[in-house]
Amino acid sequence: MEHYTLLRQFADSWMLLFLFAFFIGVVVWVMRPGGTKTYEEPRNIPFRHEDKPAPRRGESAKEA
Amino acid sequence: MAWFVFWGYQLFIVLAATGYVLGATQSREYAEPEWYVDWWLTIVWLAYLAIFIGTIVKRRERHIYVANWFYLSFIVTIAMLHVVNNLSVPVSIFGSKSVSLFSGVQDAMTQWWYGHNAVGFFLTAGFLGMMYYFVPKQAERPVYSYKLSIIHFWALIFIYIWAGPHHLHYTALPDWAGTLGMVFSVVLWMPSWGGMINGLMTLSGAWDKLRTDPVIRMMVISIGFYGMSTFEGPMMSIRAVNSLSHYTDWTIGHVHSGALGWNGMITFGALYFLVPRLWNRERLYSLSMVSWHFWLATIGIILYAASMWVTGIMEGLMWREVDANGFLVNSFADTVAAKFPMYVVRGLGGLLFLTGAIIMCYNLYMTVRRSPAIAPTNSAVPAE
Repeated sequence: MEHYTLLRQFADSWMLLFLFAFFIGVVVWVMRPGGTKTYEEPRNIPFRHEDKPAPRRGESAKEA
Repeated sequence: MAWFVFWGYQLFIVLAATGYVLGATQSREYAEPEWYVDWWLTIVWLAYLAIFIGTIVKRRERHIYVANWFYLSFIVTIAMLHVVNNLSVPVSIFGSKSVSLFSGVQDAMTQWWYGHNAVGFFLTAGFLGMMYYFVPKQAERPVYSYKLSIIHFWALIFIYIWAGPHHLHYTALPDWAGTLGMVFSVVLWMPSWGGMINGLMTLSGAWDKLRTDPVIRMMVISIGFYGMSTFEGPMMSIRAVNSLSHYTDWTIGHVHSGALGWNGMITFGALYFLVPRLWNRERLYSLSMVSWHFWLATIGIILYAASMWVTGIMEGLMWREVDANGFLVNSFADTVAAKFPMYVVRGLGGLLFLTGAIIMCYNLYMTVRRSPAIAPTNSAVPAE
């Protein structure tokens, strides 16, 4: 029960706050000025490179 | 590894089916297979996850398209749900029987946490992933709002996981937990409709395609059913409505308008899109057959869902009917007898839906066999 109380208290306070802040953060970030232009590119991903993959990126500094 | 996932999953289905026939079940809803099958599925599913993540890691496209977000969330969450829900101790190494780690109301809550999120992350997130690729491709227009897709993705992820308790109204589950589930289910309505609006509005400016392209029509009706059943769901999760609808055929109707209408129709649309491309055919064998399939399936589901609404509400009302002295008026068998005509309609609806699917199979087979070939454009290449 000790563990339960501890976890429960954490879940009810900091975790809740963190998740909520994360979500608000996502919304604010998406709505940032210039967002519409940024997302113009990913919108069109399904229409590119129909027949073969995109060319390899130079150096290939891969971001996750 | 992809072959391992494919055949491994087929084997899982066979093992699950033998469990049903031979009576090996752990009696958990949507998770009947016993521990040995659960372990096998876990291995197969992790291989699936490895393939998916591997493909994403070696991509050459900078951005991960939103359809893949939905797919990844589907694979990861299903893994988590499956493992937690099936935590159990086998009674013996060579026996099929196992005992769950949970008991009582915790057990019920774990099962519905699993059950509802299986719907949420498999039948919703996974199929939204399909929608975000196939609808833009077939309509030849990019998705309506990429911003909306990001926001409704995160909203769906954060909210869905809480909705499970609405399956346990009026049970041993504490009221506060039921209320929590109910409130989250109602809030869930908005992110669900975010997906519907995004899918439908992708067609804005191309609505004329509805008239000429039966495949697009199929996808649009599927999004329509998605919108309808994600409105119906939150409504049924409200405690007062649930007191009427729970345990009745209304629930069955709701599930089928989701599974046949939304999941089924978007899958048909995706198949009609994929088959000519995979086999390098110029076009489908017959568009009028697609039209036939569309109408048979649509009318079939409407008959199915409407008859289940009628019998569900009737059943609910009959069960709660009491006479002047407070005795129940109807026995269970009375409600079964009263349902007969609606079950005929339901059977007819199902038959129409099945006929449509058989027409599709024939059409796709003939597409591969008869349709004029084009020069191959899609020889297998590593994914981006």
